[in-house]
Amino acid sequence: MNDLVELHVSADAAASLRHVGQSIARPTAKRLTEGRGVYMDDIELPRMAHAVYLRSPHAHARIVSIETAAALSMPGVIAIVDGAQMAQVCAPFVGTLLHMVGMRSPPQHAIAINRACWQGEAILAVVAESRAMAEDAVEAVTVVWEQLAVVANMETALAPETPVIHPEFDSNLCFHRELDTGGVDAAFAAADTVVEETYFFGRHTGVTVEPRSVLADFNPAERRLTVHHSTQAPHMMADLYSRQFGLPEADVRVICRDVGGSFGIKVHAYPDDFATVGLSILLKRPVKFVADRLESFVTDIHAREHRIKARLALARDGRILAFDIDDLTGIGPYSMFPRTSVVEGNQVVNLTGGPYKHTEYRAKLDVVFQNKVPTCQYRGVGHPIACAVTEGIIDLAASRMDIDPLELRRRNVMEDDSYPRKGAAGILLERLSHQQCLDKLEAMMDYSALRSEQAELRKKGIYRGIGFSVLIELTNPSAAFYGIGGARISAQEGATVRLDATGMVHCAVGVGEQGQGNETIFAQIAADEVGLPLASVRIVTGDTAATPYGGGTWASRGAGIGGEAVLLASRELRANILALAAVHLKRDAGELMVADGKVWDRATQGPLIDFAELARIACFRPDLLPRDFQPELVVTRHYSQRDFPFVFTNGTQASYVEVDTETGFVKLLRHWAVEDCGRVINPMLVNEQIRGAVVQGIGGAMFEECLYDENGLLRNGSMADYLVPMSSEMPDIEVAHVETFTRTSELGAKGAGEAGTAGAPAAVMNAINDALAPFVARVTSQPFTPEKILRALDKIHV
Amino acid sequence: MTDKVLTRIAVNGVVYERWIEPRQHLVDYLRDELGFKGTRAGCEHGVCGACAVRINGETVRGCLTLAVQADGAAVETIEGISDSGAISDLQHAFLQHNALQCGFCTAGMLLSADDLLKAEPGANREQIRAHMSGNYCRCSGYHAIVDAIETTRDSRRLAARSGEST
Repeated sequence: MNDLVELHVSADAAASLRHVGQSIARPTAKRLTEGRGVYMDDIELPRMAHAVYLRSPHAHARIVSIETAAALSMPGVIAIVDGAQMAQVCAPFVGTLLHMVGMRSPPQHAIAINRACWQGEAILAVVAESRAMAEDAVEAVTVVWEQLAVVANMETALAPETPVIHPEFDSNLCFHRELDTGGVDAAFAAADTVVEETYFFGRHTGVTVEPRSVLADFNPAERRLTVHHSTQAPHMMADLYSRQFGLPEADVRVICRDVGGSFGIKVHAYPDDFATVGLSILLKRPVKFVADRLESFVTDIHAREHRIKARLALARDGRILAFDIDDLTGIGPYSMFPRTSVVEGNQVVNLTGGPYKHTEYRAKLDVVFQNKVPTCQYRGVGHPIACAVTEGIIDLAASRMDIDPLELRRRNVMEDDSYPRKGAAGILLERLSHQQCLDKLEAMMDYSALRSEQAELRKKGIYRGIGFSVLIELTNPSAAFYGIGGARISAQEGATVRLDATGMVHCAVGVGEQGQGNETIFAQIAADEVGLPLASVRIVTGDTAATPYGGGTWASRGAGIGGEAVLLASRELRANILALAAVHLKRDAGELMVADGKVWDRATQGPLIDFAELARIACFRPDLLPRDFQPELVVTRHYSQRDFPFVFTNGTQASYVEVDTETGFVKLLRHWAVEDCGRVINPMLVNEQIRGAVVQGIGGAMFEECLYDENGLLRNGSMADYLVPMSSEMPDIEVAHVETFTRTSELGAKGAGEAGTAGAPAAVMNAINDALAPFVARVTSQPFTPEKILRALDKIHV
Repeated sequence: MTDKVLTRIAVNGVVYERWIEPRQHLVDYLRDELGFKGTRAGCEHGVCGACAVRINGETVRGCLTLAVQADGAAVETIEGISDSGAISDLQHAFLQHNALQCGFCTAGMLLSADDLLKAEPGANREQIRAHMSGNYCRCSGYHAIVDAIETTRDSRRLAARSGEST
């Protein structure tokens, strides 16, 4: 039967069946629909204990005394450990990078000693037989506090009268940076139109539905540490555990099974992670910690608290001459370790104005300490802020100059045929496609019809608005991101591809899976490049003992860096399979080809031998092969992108909204995104990355904000009070692609995971302001709540 | 601490007798006592919907329900519902539309969607979006979830019609 089928398939036909470029459903997702996933909290180990952390209820307070006797005598309580005890096994850490010149942050402990610097900082660990027992015991601990002066407001953090949080520093300044091309003042003096506006970005957080979770299993007999961790960067964590606890990295293994959402929240090393490992070492048994939802809000990193004053200079014909921005951001009391909390602000000043041709640019950045939850990299990292400032002020200029906002962008974007080039902020751009993307967007949304509809409805008192955003996104980072700054976060990625004894292919990759579909696209690449059906490929990720060294998932690097490593290893394995076939068949390798799990005769187009038979011979009958030929059916290849600091992608988005001017409510009607992430490996998965990211961007623009009072206390730290987008509030999101392959790799793929978040807030803000245009009202403070819109409309004054 | 209570709860067709604390939530009972890990605790205060299970056929939040409240009742979790094949069409549609990414919310999403399609077999896109607003998803942006539910709605209606005509 098989022979009959094979007779009808030629070698070329088999080779033409490609998986890359196809919308293939994720083979590994079926178990997730059946409740058969394994997330960290599902794992139970013998003698496993549960840690609960007692957290500061104050934003800034000295610990006068801690009374634990009552708690220690409660049933099931194993140990209570304070910061000083923890410091005996875990050294303090400092979240700075060398290339962020001048930045500073004080040493931070896994469990605070003497003083808590934000509401939520852990000051004591209680370990018990069950989580409920540990929580009961925490209630029985008495802490006497002396409250200290709180620095909550970033706007006054640098004022001389404001207390300095860290006595070793002379101010609350963490980092300061200025960029200046030199001719900004002259450009503004010569401008026909100058607009200026201030933009605010509410502090928000990731709210992964699976909370942060870690299970540390230290085996004192062999002094080996295994950590089951819901993380985006297993190798980075293994390196940090090794160094923090003085263990050889070879004796540290980090295992990451299914991850219930990450978005950057789970790419950081949290004090809780170190403390939980420290507890396992101290107690000589496995210790699990799973954050509950309330503590997630005060311990997961926050992001995006920025105030940006922006000015834009334009010539009479609408040409942008210069941007001038001043960014202030509050990051909490410590810069997060090891990626630091200055990267977001640094990216804001690097990326503002990024799509446009102006040559003059000035930016100032102040990153300040305050007594709130530490901030760090969350999906989009600076892009949503830079994009909103850039696109917001361009729309302001468009309305001032009475130029259509799409037209003004067309006049100013870098031309598609003008690359490679440099942006005014100094960023290197390989190949972008702003013009093609704008054309595609205009057609997709039927712009002119939408404008007519808007005008008609406006006559009836229905206020709709159309907003655009043009974005660039840095992806496929080189070592420029972290490595050159001294952080041991891998820029390279490796893949090991092996043919097993039955002729199937296993591929182990350093980049993991958090639902994006990385494992699926790796399988697609391996299937094409080795030459076998997708169903014959198995992927291994999420285990530092089983995968090549790599950085993991951040900065939209999984497909572009990890995928290229898979491609290179797979091609080499195909060559080795071909070599084996040639020797075995006594043919010239050039006469043979590989496809569909078989070796074929190029000339006759007929199949000669399949992978299973070749693997059988290699494994069990090497006696049949010549003495001087050893088949190599395991190949490892690595890839690191070294041509550019980052490989930029680009895209455009549009939002169509209706504003109820009586209630201030905004209905998001439609959203469009045109994305150029280079080669699209799996269109469905890229579309879903874009859609999910757009909605995360909308979340920050419309709903999400960590609201603090003047004492630095979070007022809405629960899922009931902190709003995230729900299905009824979200629009349908139409996605289209332009494919400008990067030439830095054979694969040609760039990142796709964050562009949606980068562009959505700007598009929504511009759409709301377009709707409000008849009232000469604008909103520039995210999230755009009904209250803020009514204030802009002058309908509430209190 | 209150004394433990003897409970008899049928989970996925098997009767379990356990002494449990009255304060224990159903989600913790299922996960920690019985090992049904497919039910997930996301927010632990009834907002996110990841912990949905069925008691006597009705979908409830496992984090707002005490296990003792299920004494004498029949509880179904995603494991049992999957094994029965009762929602395999919906599960297949979720896969085909990539209506799940991380999968943490998915069991709750599936139960809510199945409830809707039983109560409103002709639910339109807007009704689907409104009904699903009790379940949080941070990955997908919801578009694909709505698509998958629409696909299942159409296939179930088609099956119902062909069932009537035969």
